[in-house]
Amino acid sequence: MASPLILQFRDICKRFPGVIALQNVSFDLSAGEVVGLIGENGAGKSTLMKILGGIHQPDEGSILIDGESVHIRSVADAVKNGIGFVHQELNNLDNLSVAANLFLGREPLWAGPLKLIDQKAMLENSRPHLKRLGLNIDPRTPLKKLSLAQQQLVEIAKALSQNARILVLDEPTSSLTAGETRLLLTTVKELKAQGVSIIYISHRLGEITEIADRVVALRDGRFAGNLSREEINHDNMVRLMIGRDLQNFYLPGSGERHPARLEIKNLQIATHPGRFISFDAAGGEILGFAGLVGAGRSELAEAIFGVAPILSGEVILDKKRMKICSSRDAITAGIFLATEDRRRTGLITEMTIRENITLPGLWGYIRMALISRRRECRAAKTQIDAMRIKAPGTETRVMNLSGGNQQKVVLGKWLALKPKVFIVDEPTRGIDVGSKAEIYRLLRALADAGVAVIVISSDLEEVLGISDRIAVMHEGNLAGIVNRPDFSEEKVMNLAFGKSVA
Amino acid sequence: MKKKELGIGALLLVLCFYVAWRNPRFLSAYNLQNQAQLIGMYGIFSIGMGIVIITGGIDLSVGSIFALQGVVLSILLVEKHWSWPLAALAAILGVVALGICHGFLITRLRLQPFIVTLCGLLIYRGMARWIANDETKGFGAGQFGWLRPISTGHFGPPDWVSHLFTGLGKISWLPERLSYLCTSLGKVRIPMAFDVMLAIAFIMFIVLHRSVYGRYLYAVGRNEEAAKYSGISTKLVIGSAYALSGVLAAISGIIFAFYTNSISPSSHGNAYELYGIAGAVLGGCSLRGGEGSIIGILLGTAVLQVLQNLVVLLGIPSSLDLAVIGTVILIGVLVDEVGWKTAMHVARLPGRILKRSR
Repeated sequence: MASPLILQFRDICKRFPGVIALQNVSFDLSAGEVVGLIGENGAGKSTLMKILGGIHQPDEGSILIDGESVHIRSVADAVKNGIGFVHQELNNLDNLSVAANLFLGREPLWAGPLKLIDQKAMLENSRPHLKRLGLNIDPRTPLKKLSLAQQQLVEIAKALSQNARILVLDEPTSSLTAGETRLLLTTVKELKAQGVSIIYISHRLGEITEIADRVVALRDGRFAGNLSREEINHDNMVRLMIGRDLQNFYLPGSGERHPARLEIKNLQIATHPGRFISFDAAGGEILGFAGLVGAGRSELAEAIFGVAPILSGEVILDKKRMKICSSRDAITAGIFLATEDRRRTGLITEMTIRENITLPGLWGYIRMALISRRRECRAAKTQIDAMRIKAPGTETRVMNLSGGNQQKVVLGKWLALKPKVFIVDEPTRGIDVGSKAEIYRLLRALADAGVAVIVISSDLEEVLGISDRIAVMHEGNLAGIVNRPDFSEEKVMNLAFGKSVA
Repeated sequence: MKKKELGIGALLLVLCFYVAWRNPRFLSAYNLQNQAQLIGMYGIFSIGMGIVIITGGIDLSVGSIFALQGVVLSILLVEKHWSWPLAALAAILGVVALGICHGFLITRLRLQPFIVTLCGLLIYRGMARWIANDETKGFGAGQFGWLRPISTGHFGPPDWVSHLFTGLGKISWLPERLSYLCTSLGKVRIPMAFDVMLAIAFIMFIVLHRSVYGRYLYAVGRNEEAAKYSGISTKLVIGSAYALSGVLAAISGIIFAFYTNSISPSSHGNAYELYGIAGAVLGGCSLRGGEGSIIGILLGTAVLQVLQNLVVLLGIPSSLDLAVIGTVILIGVLVDEVGWKTAMHVARLPGRILKRSR
């Protein structure tokens, strides 16, 4: 390779109490190269990046920048060495302006000892950085007025303004819409052309195929292999990550039509009061819900589940009209919702697996008016086995589990009860390939058992893969329903963008 | 028992040993009995405070409620000559109604608990003074049925336990302080307030740690949104915590009223809510919500009382008592958060700074 090595990891080892997080991991990054870093959750990607960012110290091994060994002991050290991070969860202060975020902690000052912020200089200095990324916004705009993708670009601008030559993007697209993802990928390509080296971490293998010059895979804390540009494809990457071929990633349904179980008639919800939505979902099928972020899919699900108000319309379950005013009503009826945000609404992360799994159906575990710990444990154990949750036991706190296992706890929490309609919002966001396959298998098994499964997903490949039918939403409206024989990416995207399909 | 409870239990033991070592009067029957009375009274409302804190809230109005309730109770019994069960019922229901109001304002109108109960603190204190014309109210020497016995009477221990301790106290080879303790225990009569607290603690232990409602309390305290999405009526759970706290505050309020026997509306119960909060936090409740236990709260309450006792028995100027209590709580919380080493380092800082400045 002609371009010089800018960053080298040499035999990095890192142990945490009870686990070896990294074992002899080595890889290189050249100037102007985009490396896709892949691996299942818990494979050691984050630990490695935290070492690069100065949050953890390696037990053994060294990091070389421009061929010289460096010790990165703090975030400030990382910045000094030209390393910039853009994290999955944005770390900016959205009440402040774009410029204030760009220069957070190193604001240009004036008035000597008073240390007042020189607003004018700050605004002037931020313009070229924004321009470099093609961001056509006023630096005085408060950050919260920007879209998520734009906020992400501001983060990148911030890293670049600190003279970052190595940029680590950790799951940058997980909450972006399709269009925003495009914008980000274009930016990455431009940065590469400018000579910035990029480590791109993502579970979305399509993106990696598109932009990576090379793929580095980690598995169980070890270096699992390298893929050159020509070798990068979906199957090769999956094989490296899980160490074997993945068969039947998506399990299709039988294709027969079942009678409707859940019927929604002219439902009007608070976020889109001008729209009236009608559809039905049959027992035995997986109904996918596609659409852009903000199209109203989650809001619709929350209304059916009773946590958002229904203004008018009917929810009919098994031919019976339901009156759903609270999540309690929905749960009693057998309509469950696994939300998209595990940490905020899905789980009580400080509580144990047992307590989370039994929470919605706690009244079913009482004996003589008190909670029976034995029954609870039995139920939790059943779900741990059924979901193949990797955890030391029922008393493990959920916050100590990986994302995939947390998601399985969310599913187990609802499957411990008997669902009639199961709505799952973004079931595989931020989850590794192995867990994804298990979750798909589970949802299919649930449908086969007669449950009406509704899957909301922004991952087009996923919706096309697992659904029997796809409902597409556009700006609060149901733009159309596509049946399996007519599935195509184009058709779904056209509906999602509001174009009619002939 | 969890680690936090063991820690606060150890602190309590160390404090007791220290005070007993410095001043044997700590172990006298009179002092032990007095301590039990105080722990009983403070313990009851501290449990209520703990429950509110577990839901992520706070109740600053308790002390003022004591004043208002005491004044009203005195007027009803002494001036209006209500029968004691009726007056007691009115006093309890009135306080519960205030708790329900707090709960309503906090859950339905989305006001912050701190603000709501701070306003309560001001309003109830003012009302107490206005109703009483700023005059001290009291109960004189009347019995008022069960009210005085519950507040200042004694029940237990059974005779054989007393005899047992008296006997143990006579064993010659026991260390002097220990045999003195046994002799004292042989003479001690358990204050009714302490018995009431034990009964309430037992019931609340079951409710908090074994019932569905208790689990819901922790769930809403940890993550209200997730609790809502799990089908819990979070507003009802949080609101009811304030009502429950009201019940317990009302019971200990009655006992306080008869214990002091005279209620000066401008000072009765002043800052008691802070003792409740301190006891609960010392016992492992987190002000962020979702953490805490009955045993911890009781141990925390006991530590606070022993500290007050320490100030008196060790001859520390009584003007310093709040400062001593504050320092010990600060160290306790520090140890809990950052470990012994750092905490002791921080604790020595003022001394070092003084030394350097000399």
